[in-house]
Amino acid sequence: MVGPRLPAMLKDAGLTTLVAAALGIFIVGFRTVDVGSRTGLGFDYEFADLGVALVVIFVGRFGLSLASIGLRWPAIALGAVMAAVGASPLELPSGFLHWFVVLGGVLLAIRAAWPWANQAFATAVATPGGRALDRLAAKWIGVLMLGFALVLPALPFADQKTMDLGVLILTYVMLGWGLNIVVGLAGLLDLGYVAFYAVGAYAYALLSTQHGLGFWAVLPLAGMFAATFGVLLGFPVLRLRGDYLAIVTLGFGEIIRLVILNWVDFTNGPAGIGSIPGPTLFGAVFAETAPAGKQTVAEMLGIPFDSNQRLIFLYYIILVLALVTNLFTQRMRALPVGRAWEALREDETACKALGINPTNTKLTAFAIGAMFAGFAGSFFAAKQRFISPESFTFIESAIILAIVVLGGMGSQIGVVLAAILLIGLPEWFRDLGNYRMLAFGLAMVLIMVFRPRGLIAHREPSIRLHPVASGGSG
Amino acid sequence: MATLIEVEHLSMRFGGLVAVDDISFTGQPRQITAIIGPNGAGKTTVFNCITGFYKPTIGRLTLHGDRDYLLERMLGHEIGQRARVARTFQNIRLFPAMTVLENLMVAQHNKLMAASGMSIFGLLGLARWRTAEARAVELARAWLERIDLVDVADRPAGELPYGAQRRLEIARAMCTEPRLLCLDEPAAGLNPRESADLNKLLVSIRDLDGIGVLLIEHDMSVVMNISDHIVVLDYGRKIAEGDPAAIQRDPAVIRAYLGTDESGDDA
Amino acid sequence: MAYFTQQLINAITLGAIYGLIAIGYTMVYGIIGMINFAHGEVFMIGAFISLIGFMICNLLGIGSAPVAIVLVLLIAMAFSSVYGWAVERTAYRPLRGSFRLAPLISAIGVSIALQNYVQLVQGARPKPGGQVVSGGFTLFSADGFDVRVSWLQIIIVVVTLVLMAGFTWLIARTSLGRQQRACEQDMRMAALLGVDVDRTISLTFVLGAALAAVAGMLFLLYYGVIDFFIGFLAGIKAFTAAVLGGIGSLPGAMLGGLLIGLIEVFWAGYFSSEYKDVAVFAILVLVLIFRPTGLLGKPEIEKV
Repeated sequence: MVGPRLPAMLKDAGLTTLVAAALGIFIVGFRTVDVGSRTGLGFDYEFADLGVALVVIFVGRFGLSLASIGLRWPAIALGAVMAAVGASPLELPSGFLHWFVVLGGVLLAIRAAWPWANQAFATAVATPGGRALDRLAAKWIGVLMLGFALVLPALPFADQKTMDLGVLILTYVMLGWGLNIVVGLAGLLDLGYVAFYAVGAYAYALLSTQHGLGFWAVLPLAGMFAATFGVLLGFPVLRLRGDYLAIVTLGFGEIIRLVILNWVDFTNGPAGIGSIPGPTLFGAVFAETAPAGKQTVAEMLGIPFDSNQRLIFLYYIILVLALVTNLFTQRMRALPVGRAWEALREDETACKALGINPTNTKLTAFAIGAMFAGFAGSFFAAKQRFISPESFTFIESAIILAIVVLGGMGSQIGVVLAAILLIGLPEWFRDLGNYRMLAFGLAMVLIMVFRPRGLIAHREPSIRLHPVASGGSG
Repeated sequence: MATLIEVEHLSMRFGGLVAVDDISFTGQPRQITAIIGPNGAGKTTVFNCITGFYKPTIGRLTLHGDRDYLLERMLGHEIGQRARVARTFQNIRLFPAMTVLENLMVAQHNKLMAASGMSIFGLLGLARWRTAEARAVELARAWLERIDLVDVADRPAGELPYGAQRRLEIARAMCTEPRLLCLDEPAAGLNPRESADLNKLLVSIRDLDGIGVLLIEHDMSVVMNISDHIVVLDYGRKIAEGDPAAIQRDPAVIRAYLGTDESGDDA
Repeated sequence: MAYFTQQLINAITLGAIYGLIAIGYTMVYGIIGMINFAHGEVFMIGAFISLIGFMICNLLGIGSAPVAIVLVLLIAMAFSSVYGWAVERTAYRPLRGSFRLAPLISAIGVSIALQNYVQLVQGARPKPGGQVVSGGFTLFSADGFDVRVSWLQIIIVVVTLVLMAGFTWLIARTSLGRQQRACEQDMRMAALLGVDVDRTISLTFVLGAALAAVAGMLFLLYYGVIDFFIGFLAGIKAFTAAVLGGIGSLPGAMLGGLLIGLIEVFWAGYFSSEYKDVAVFAILVLVLIFRPTGLLGKPEIEKV
């Protein structure tokens, strides 16, 4: 089977390697480094690295060809060998190359086994039992996750690092759910979502440090400010076509960031705003000693002070905020506006013919999405106690978008899974930190190519004519 | 009987191309008015002007409802919302990922929007909203029964077979409770049986629902069987108008369809 | 007056660079209707390859500036083209026929990945280099102000003009240009008539990448310092130029580039340099709102 095709496959692998060599020879082969001499820059030659990488690419491409003509076992074996070589104590020019070789092998094996897994899964789901299980899973996975999230602070392994991570993930879950209204439901690609997050954060930072307002008083205001910004920015641009809209929202996001950066009198510019008060519990503060006229939470409850208390409190605040976002969205989906959002995503022309005002409908999605970003921004400022324009760059918008896209546009559970995957994993594996954004970008491309509907592609109808026996809402 | 829609001196130009040239006709309530003509005669352009997708270059389009609506001055979605003109499309435009029932619910958007108090009553789950929603579902169910799609109500509309999608699109337009229904080639791609069913459906819409229908169609078995009045376009101009029998005898129509015989009639 | 003239000279230089990048956006949009968000990164990679190229020339002892420039220009164009080709082949081509926003999301992914790839392999610090051409002459003096034109500015404008002329000829006269225009009109029909659509689209990306690489080299020469992040801002500005000129129109891209250069330089020169990027973004927003077809673009008729 391989015999006659072997030359063609080798040629293909060779060509791929040649292209990779052309891509890498300058950018990877010559690493420019500061040498401190008059010219300033010198080279580190990385040709050994490049060479190893090219070998991996050659073997990997060949393995993919094997898999594509049906020789899956040899391909999987090849992948396993690659992974073993990468994981072995073999001397490679750099630590990264070990990762690269292992990853290449694993990816090859997965790709080769993919059709089997896919098929097995499809047949399993197609059986009546499988279908019921699928529905049950869709229903219970959410409940399980919620239960876990509720008890997390009480679990033995919930140290400060875990709680910090929990707060971080939940912040992104909330932002993902907020953006999901705009991108997932209404189909409006918003690349400037972080601007509304910034508006919420600066609203709280400025109102609290300059006017002494508390977190709970500002929270609704911040949401309103952000929503107002959403309406003001959205109104003129929401009639634009999809990709133009994306670029315009990107432009708006950058304008807001640049204004924050440069309007030093108002925002303190690049230096940022510090000593932002944290949220209070019934007026009591989380601190070891209370400022004059205030009470600490420990005093109020008559318990000993522990620095973790503040973190746990923050955790529950963001959990509740995120859940509010989710419930609100679920509710809206079953209302005329929510259905009109999805209808607009599907076909704007048909919506117009049905008498639906597209601009107003989009505007509500935009404003509501912005409002939740505003809430999240306030929370962020209260948690960090320091904010600066650096936290609100385009890359932040891109991360939130990646969460929504990976999760499966419109899927609420998908957003949670994607946030854990994209925010949680890189934080756990600190080594990967540097490669996180690279993996991010590649993940976005791979999802679009191989699974454009995201991890959770299932869409639960917002209303049913025939009730389902086992029920369930996703 | 009062006229439902009046098209007067409608012209539409795209750059140098004259797609529709000074067309006038009327449509009556409780009548099916067919617009026929060879490909490129400007039929869909007329529809697009009536339903607000194009702004006519010249002309007046009046819909006589609870008051007179000047369609050429209204925004696209207002024509559906206020003048209550509904339409279907040549290449079916359902909301494919949404279910059949959801498609029909979206069609009742404006009514439900008011009942949900701009979503506020809906979010609070007030009784007023719940009864309105139940009534909307009933209307949808009634239409699903008429087009025989009750069983698949919870399936994504995009998964339906072609003929069912055509019927659903008509039902969706009807769920907006229109005064005038514009159908753009509803029989395209249907087999003879489906085509006959479509005839029945359109006749029932005319007779039971009592609204006016404008129909663009190439399938003459549909047109000649159910139309009350036919307007024939060719190269953007109206070349004939009358009842089916008259149209079938009209030499200008025959010429347009069968080609010009230069030696015979005058050109 | 002298100050104004000096700003004008600087603006034209900058506008030439933006124009070269903008052509890539406009061509790709014209042919497949997508915003190639990663185009700015190809420009950045072109600048890096140029930097490395100049350093290699230095090591090899190629002292003559014109020889070095021509050599590096060719290398940067050739190797950046491979990036353009590879990106289209792997990240965009599989998505033809996918949902509407898929290519744009994929392009954003490519952009993030390329940025971080260069940051990883080349480091995050700004790279000084490319001081190949120096000197210039004083055009005239007035009000105690010397209006100077550097040799470099002349090189930038001349290279841009030559490339654009060649490019216009390519599109207007060769079979590649005809095939490109055929694909723009109707891809399916073009394929039926024997145009190799895949190849034409690939070549469009290759050409766009080559021009972006030239812009990258000129940017390196002009500013003398680059980093992995230059593609983002330059890319958006060039996209703004393409939109302002009328996306899909080649003369529009050049005109738009020039106008963006003028706006940026004069805004910085007469108002505030802090808000010069805000000015460009504002132009982008305003053009899209009030004249989405740009200055030289053709209006689109919505087909129902």
